[in-house]
Amino acid sequence: MIIDQDLSLNLQSRVERAFQDRTPITISGGGSKAFFGLPAAADETLDVTGHRGIVYYEPSELVVTARAGTLLKTLDKVLEEQGQMLAFEPPCFNDQATVGGTVACGFSGPRRPFTGSVSDFVLGCSIINGKSEYLRFGGRVMKNVAGFDVARLMTGALGQLGVLLEVSLRVMPIPETEMTLCYRVSQVSRALEMMQHWQGQSWPISALVYDGTILHVRLSGAEAAIKKAAHQLGGDLDLDGRLFWAGLRDHRLDFFKTSENLWRINIPPATQMSKISGQYLLDWGGAQRWLSSPEPAARIHQIVREHNGHAVCFRGAEKNDWIRFDPGLLNLHKKVRYAFDPCSILNPHRFTTGL
Amino acid sequence: MPSLLNKYFVEQCKTLLGKDNIITDPEALRVYECDALVALRSLPQLVALPETLEQVQALLRLCYRYKVPVVARGAGTGLAGGVLPAPDGIVIGLSRMQQILAIDPLNRTARVQPGVRNLAISEAAKAYGLYYAPDPSSQIACTIGGNIAENSGGVHCLKYGLTVHNVLEINMVTVEGELLTLGGSGLAAPGYGLLALAIGSEGLLGIVVEATVRLLPCPPCTQVLLVAFDSVEQAGNAVAAIVAGGLIPAGLELMDNAAIRVTEAFVHANYPVEAEAILLCEFDGLFEQVETDIVMAQSILTASGASEIRIARDTNERKLFWAGRKAAFPAVGRISADYYCMDGTIPRKHLAEVLRRISEFSRELDLQVVNVFHAGDGNLHPLILYDAGKPGDYDKAEKLGGQILELCVQVGGTITGEHGVGMEKLNYMCVQFSAAELGQFERLKTAFDANNLLNPGKVIPSLHRCAEFGRMHVHGGRMSHPDLERF
Ligand SMILES: Cc1cc2nc3c(=O)[nH]c(=O)nc-3n(C[C@H](O)[C@H](O)[C@H](O)COP(=O)(O)OP(=O)(O)OC[C@H]3O[C@@H](n4cnc5c(N)ncnc54)[C@H](O)[C@@H]3O)c2cc1C
Repeated sequence: MIIDQDLSLNLQSRVERAFQDRTPITISGGGSKAFFGLPAAADETLDVTGHRGIVYYEPSELVVTARAGTLLKTLDKVLEEQGQMLAFEPPCFNDQATVGGTVACGFSGPRRPFTGSVSDFVLGCSIINGKSEYLRFGGRVMKNVAGFDVARLMTGALGQLGVLLEVSLRVMPIPETEMTLCYRVSQVSRALEMMQHWQGQSWPISALVYDGTILHVRLSGAEAAIKKAAHQLGGDLDLDGRLFWAGLRDHRLDFFKTSENLWRINIPPATQMSKISGQYLLDWGGAQRWLSSPEPAARIHQIVREHNGHAVCFRGAEKNDWIRFDPGLLNLHKKVRYAFDPCSILNPHRFTTGL
Repeated sequence: MPSLLNKYFVEQCKTLLGKDNIITDPEALRVYECDALVALRSLPQLVALPETLEQVQALLRLCYRYKVPVVARGAGTGLAGGVLPAPDGIVIGLSRMQQILAIDPLNRTARVQPGVRNLAISEAAKAYGLYYAPDPSSQIACTIGGNIAENSGGVHCLKYGLTVHNVLEINMVTVEGELLTLGGSGLAAPGYGLLALAIGSEGLLGIVVEATVRLLPCPPCTQVLLVAFDSVEQAGNAVAAIVAGGLIPAGLELMDNAAIRVTEAFVHANYPVEAEAILLCEFDGLFEQVETDIVMAQSILTASGASEIRIARDTNERKLFWAGRKAAFPAVGRISADYYCMDGTIPRKHLAEVLRRISEFSRELDLQVVNVFHAGDGNLHPLILYDAGKPGDYDKAEKLGGQILELCVQVGGTITGEHGVGMEKLNYMCVQFSAAELGQFERLKTAFDANNLLNPGKVIPSLHRCAEFGRMHVHGGRMSHPDLERF
């Protein structure tokens, strides 16, 4: 394999200049998730895609370290050759998705409730903070409680706490067998019941989704176990299951071709919530719901809040009120931000004015 | 000894909580002078035992106003001196906040107060066929608040993760007395990874007053193998081979000969005392899954040179296999006046080599070391046996411990896998982190607690201290692990 050039010093000097001149910069990966949140209020762009390559991969340790600009599809391929995978099943959206962007956005795919989130799989990282310091946190071992867990703090931070240089991720063996089962279910309430019921039992389920008509169940594990589970759970076999899950993960299903705002709602999975009109797709066994709806943002936030959840406008025109934080939490974000990037030069205002 | 606390402050504490929930009597305070690392002690000035969230908030506001340091305490089973009282401060004991507020079988969560014991959660969830997965060996005593503060692990975290993987949401009171909710019950929350940051922050960022944890369905089938080896090296390599073979056992523990012998003498689990090492390897899930995994594990273990493989015949035998492992610490306590438990983590592939080096250190310093640990995670727990009554012995034990931790860092690991830094490993933080990284930790601490009142003096060493200790981490020519092959 060709070893790509280590660009961390270049990136560091760019950040140093920005820090000294107080010029805000947009950190830019493959741009596959640029639609998410607000655009950074910055004139300059720091392109990190050149800083790529897998610098350490030890299959028997279940750990891989990749530079932030590494394409997800490259990483997926290298892991697959060794019979391993990223078990949080990150969405790619397109071929340009990078490892850094995946961690910065904190997106996990259909497998998340059963294997863990991107944050769960982050073991360590190196970054350049807003003062242009090169720092490393965490490591390459699964258990590590030395100092604050800064590596996991980075997930979902949209680059505001530092330019990610390298990320170490825990990887998992690809299951021996996978099988997709389908059930025709006409009512959301019934689908939610079935999903909670199964999740409360010890089935080898690795994805559980209701798309409004059909409940899709993916089983993963040893062949004998999958056969047994399939036998007991019933349902129809979906031979194109792989395509369905990839389409769901990357938002290529028809459901996502909407002209309305697309909302992502995270909520206790059993919640029956019907007050907001629109189309629903229930992923993560009910814990993550996609909603395409014309309803006003304020109403969506409020109702979801009443049900103990959070909503974000994932794609669409709603930008001013796309995300909400409680005042205390917003304030804490700002203080944490200040600790890493005192001059607010990294991706400023990516969440909201002032953050 | 005259109190260092302002007497108006003490009066107000009593007014807020009621006299019965405030301890100032020196005899009664003794209980709170240390955790399970008894070598580090200091008497607190006052212990407050709040019963409600509002009391915790009011107490913190008071401390904030008077600039009084606060150390939170769960059950005091910590092994790193994390609850060591600050000389001029108070201890807030959470032991009276021990209600399980709700078990939600549909959403598979438990909402609990911080003083709830780890095992109590699984006991309460059992009626619904659910349990809370992280199972530190101290689980009958330790609290969920302490587990969150330490990001505790257990025997089953290879498959089920640490505390951080099993907590969905926490309520935390800040040093100003404000209540914050971090995380969310929908498996994700927008914004920075603040929940993960709070987990494992050792009481430095806030006081956890409530947690919503994930419950898992109890596996229908569990099976365990007891595997003997003629050398520790073979056992270490077998661990790496199992994981490399694509198996994720529910538990994978290693005991060396010294550990086998002391536990066998204590619990009579019928361990093979001639073996140089044994592995306990557990699988769980559907019966068919477990069966498949066991067959594969057997072939890997045989190829790795196992001298004997026993499969537990029934639940009783399975419990017996584990009984030895679980009793290992008390068993060691029987043969040695004192022991010092270390907690480094290393990449699994270095297990055999690191264990060999540890036995060399042990010989050089003439102190026995017993190894019993979470091999699947590469999380070592060398128990260094010493006699506190013998002059110089404790210093030797500390030295040996330090050598082990430095070795862990050298091979790409960490100075603590699950017990935390606390007071104990401050110096070794200088070995693992650079000055800039420690500075970043400081600034992060400041973001939460600008006056440094919450568990001050723990986890983050001052640069001055590192200079005195004489070791400061420099990244080998800047990039990490230059010695390692680039892929
Ligand atoms: C025999 C034995 C076996 C052990 N086995 C394991 C094991 O297998 N795995 C493992 O990980 N650990 C193990 N431990 C270590 C210890 O039990 C854990 O660290 C445990 O989580 C501590 O819980 P505690 O309630 O006793 O906390 P304490 O010791 O009281 O406190 C620990 C830390 O947490 C902070 N804290 C406590 N409560 C709160 C709160 N509500 N909010 C904020 N901060 C708080 C304290 O300030 C302190 O820094 C073991 C200890 C013993 C003695």
